[in-house]
Parts: sequence; structure tokens; C-alpha cells
Amino acid sequence: MTGFLDDFLIRATLAGIGVALAAAPLGCFIVWRRMAYFGDATAHAAILGVAMALAFNLSIMLGTLVMALAMAMAVSTLSGRGRAVDTLLGVMSHSALAAGLVAVSLLQGVRIDLSAYLFGDILAVGRLDLAVIWGGVALVLGLVWARWSALLTATLSPDLATAAGIDPRREQLILTLALAVVVAVAIKVVGALLIAALLVIPAAAARVFSATPEGMALRASAIGAGSALVGMGAAWRFDTPAGPSIVCVAAAVFAASALVDLARRAA
Amino acid sequence: MSLVTLAGVGVRFGAQTVLHDVDFHIERGEIVTIVGPNGSGKSTLLRVLIGAQRPSAGRVTPAPGLRVGYVPQKLHIDPTLPLTVRRFLDLPRRIPDAVAAEALAQAGAGELGLRQMADLSGGQFQRVLLARAILSRPDLLILDEPTQGLDQPGSAAFYRRIAEVRAELGCAVLMVSHELHVVMAASDRVICLNGHVCCAGHPEQVASAPEYRALFGTGTQGALALYRHEHAHSHDHDHPNPHTHEAAE
Repeated sequence: MTGFLDDFLIRATLAGIGVALAAAPLGCFIVWRRMAYFGDATAHAAILGVAMALAFNLSIMLGTLVMALAMAMAVSTLSGRGRAVDTLLGVMSHSALAAGLVAVSLLQGVRIDLSAYLFGDILAVGRLDLAVIWGGVALVLGLVWARWSALLTATLSPDLATAAGIDPRREQLILTLALAVVVAVAIKVVGALLIAALLVIPAAAARVFSATPEGMALRASAIGAGSALVGMGAAWRFDTPAGPSIVCVAAAVFAASALVDLARRAA
Repeated sequence: MSLVTLAGVGVRFGAQTVLHDVDFHIERGEIVTIVGPNGSGKSTLLRVLIGAQRPSAGRVTPAPGLRVGYVPQKLHIDPTLPLTVRRFLDLPRRIPDAVAAEALAQAGAGELGLRQMADLSGGQFQRVLLARAILSRPDLLILDEPTQGLDQPGSAAFYRRIAEVRAELGCAVLMVSHELHVVMAASDRVICLNGHVCCAGHPEQVASAPEYRALFGTGTQGALALYRHEHAHSHDHDHPNPHTHEAAE
């Protein structure tokens, strides 16, 4: 087993598959709740987290986790008060990204390759990274598994959930927390700019082939993990960046699913 | 004892008072309908009863172990969410197939189990919501304008269905309705709401009450020609500012 994990390609592939597995079921909720932009805002805040981690000499993952969580909570609270959510998310998402980029450049004596955080640096995933990533993946999958029915009911209708004794605000908080964890572990794999793609694209592609919410989550996970595997292979073979390659494969699966959907409607 | 008792309940959203001084109770097995102009706090009152809205004043006292079934006013299911009728009934708790089949049959939705929620017609959708609400064999069934968007025969059939469900389950029914002619025929008690309880009682009693006439017009047309009225009526409770209501439909 040790020899197996010595290979950086193996580590990278395992990291990619892990992140895809956790992102897919969460992505389903983001699609069902029409929160795609919410994923974007949370992911962009992670860059601010990178700057904070470097400034205070913390672990990058901790910094991104804290900032992603703060952003997700802020958006979640503000949107609950009936503001124009779309505009608000647009403002916060891009402000966080811009502020993060400025903050990183202002740090004295730090020379970092910013593109590693924007687009991921999956080939640099070490053994410790891999352990943290899979720890986060297990946490997110466990949370979603344990709260599945409550999350689904709250997604359908907050009032129905309340009538059944479920607190919709708590379920929203759980989703927010899970999203922040996914962002923190995914930043090394696909980077802040493409995390939302890994959330939304496999879920959207799985919709066409699914008749139940569980089926959609499982298929989304399969599509996500398959995209990670094929994307890594393509990146190695054609010498392309790994994160974007994974997203491209997922996008191709989505395009194929859209064609299937079109053919079905015509038939 | 009553299934639920409300004493002096008030709800405020910021500076706006939606409900004030509401006293209300519902007994086992009775059908109570809430009528009132738009913005009179009908839905808010129901949301207080299911626990989705905390009252800012007063007390809500449910009977111990009260089971409530709730049919919301509208439920939008995003087309990106694949969900069969049968799976919908399993939320939030899985139920045996026999129980689901019985509830669907009672609600007149026996054939719909395998259909996708997003593909149902308005009437089918309402029957499925009703089936879900009676799954737990509720003591109290709460419906918020259940026939909104249904045509006349559709809504008449739905109200007959509700009367049958009450007869079979012995549950109390509390609903909000705009269709006064149906309400008058089918309810044991009518509550006329406009921020507070204007008047309440047997349908005939309420229909002849001055408060009700002030809200909904007079005479035999009262049931239909109700939706434009000057709300400067005088009765025991004082309204701080007389204003005009205009209701849709």
C-alpha cells in the first residue's frame, strides 16, 4: 500500500475522485435549491482564506475553511431576509475574489504561485493532503447521509418541514457547513474558480437519467468520479492542467446527457 | 379539551401588525373555515398553528400528542428534482407501501404512485398533497387555500373529498378558503378574519353578522360579490385606521 501511494499520479487521482464523490450529492441540493451562485461565492471567498492563512501562518486548508464558512453563513443569513439574492451574491462573490487577490499580493515576502489556488495543483497532493481530503469527504458524505430525508424535505418546502418537526434553518446550516468543507478540500484539486463546476455539472448531467433524488445523487457521484478519473488520464496524456481537464470531461458528459434528453423529448 | 387553543395571539413583522388579539380553538372532528380579505393574516394564522411562525404575543396550546396534517398553499417542486409521488410520501419518514396505498386511495390519487411530481396536473398535485397530509392519521388537518388554481368542478370535487376524509378519519379540518358558497355548505363553523377575529360561529350566523356583511357585502349575492368593500365597519374591536381592501379572484 505504501508503494502504491508513493506515486503522485495515484495520489492525485484518489484526491480527485474523493472530492468529486463529496461534491456530487451536495451539488444536487445546490441545483434543486437554485443555489449555483451560492457555491461560487463560497468558493471565491476561499482565495481570501488563502491570503489570511499565509498572513497568519496557518494551514491553507484551515484558512479557506474559515473564510468559506464565514461567506456561506453571511450569504445564507442575508438571503433569508428577502433581499435581492442574485445581486447580493454577485457583489459578494466577486468582491471576495478581488479582495483575496489583492491581499495575497500585499503580503510581504511571500512568493506563491497564485494559479495553484485559482486552478488547483492536484499533482502536488501529498500523503497528508490526501488524508485531510478524504477526512473531509467522509465528513460531508456522513452529514448528507445522516440528514438526507430532513435535507430533502426542507428543500421541498420549509413549511412542510416545520410541520413535520424539522427546523429548515438547521438543515440550511448543515448544507452551508458541508459546502465550506468541500470548498476547503477541493481548492487544491480544482482550485477556487472551478469548485462550483464540480458541484453543479455532475448533478445537472445526472438529472436526465434519474427518477428519484437518491438515484440522481448516486449517478452524480459516479459521473463526478468518472470525470476525475478520465480527466486525470487526459491531463497526463495531453499535458493539460488537471483541474480544468476534469471539469471538461464532466461538461462533455453533461452535453451528452442534454442530447439524450433532447432525443427523448423528440421521440 | 380543544385540539388547539390560541389565546391573545399576535404576530408582528417589524412595524407591521399582521394579527392581534386572536382567540381561537378547534374541537375534535369539526370543519372550521377561515375567510377574510387578502392580507388579513389567514395564512399567518395557519403557520402559527403548524409552528412555522412564532407568535409575538399570546399563547398557543396544542392538546398533548396532537398530530397535525398540513397541506400548504402552494408547493413548487423544481423540475431539476426527480421525485415520484411514492417517494414524496416517504419524506421525511419512510412508510410501508400499504399505508401509502391506503392514503393515496383515500385522497383519490390511487393511480398516481409512480408518476413524477413535476408532471402532475393541479388537481392531481393537490390530491397527492392531501394523501401526504393524512398519512400520519392526523387529529387535525390544516389546508391553506387547497383549491387555488382548480376549476369549479375540480374544487367542488376536492371539498367533497375532504368531507369524506373527515368522515373516514374522524379528524378536525381547518382550512382557508376564498370560495364562500362552498364554505357555507361544508363548514361547521366559520371564522371571519381581518387582522383579528371579526366574527365567528355557524355559517348562517356569520353570514348575517354585520361584521361579515361589512367585509363581504350583503344579501344573497354576499357569497359571490364580496371582493370589493370599504373596510370602515364598526364593531367591538377598534381598527386603528380604516382602509380599503381589494381581493383577487
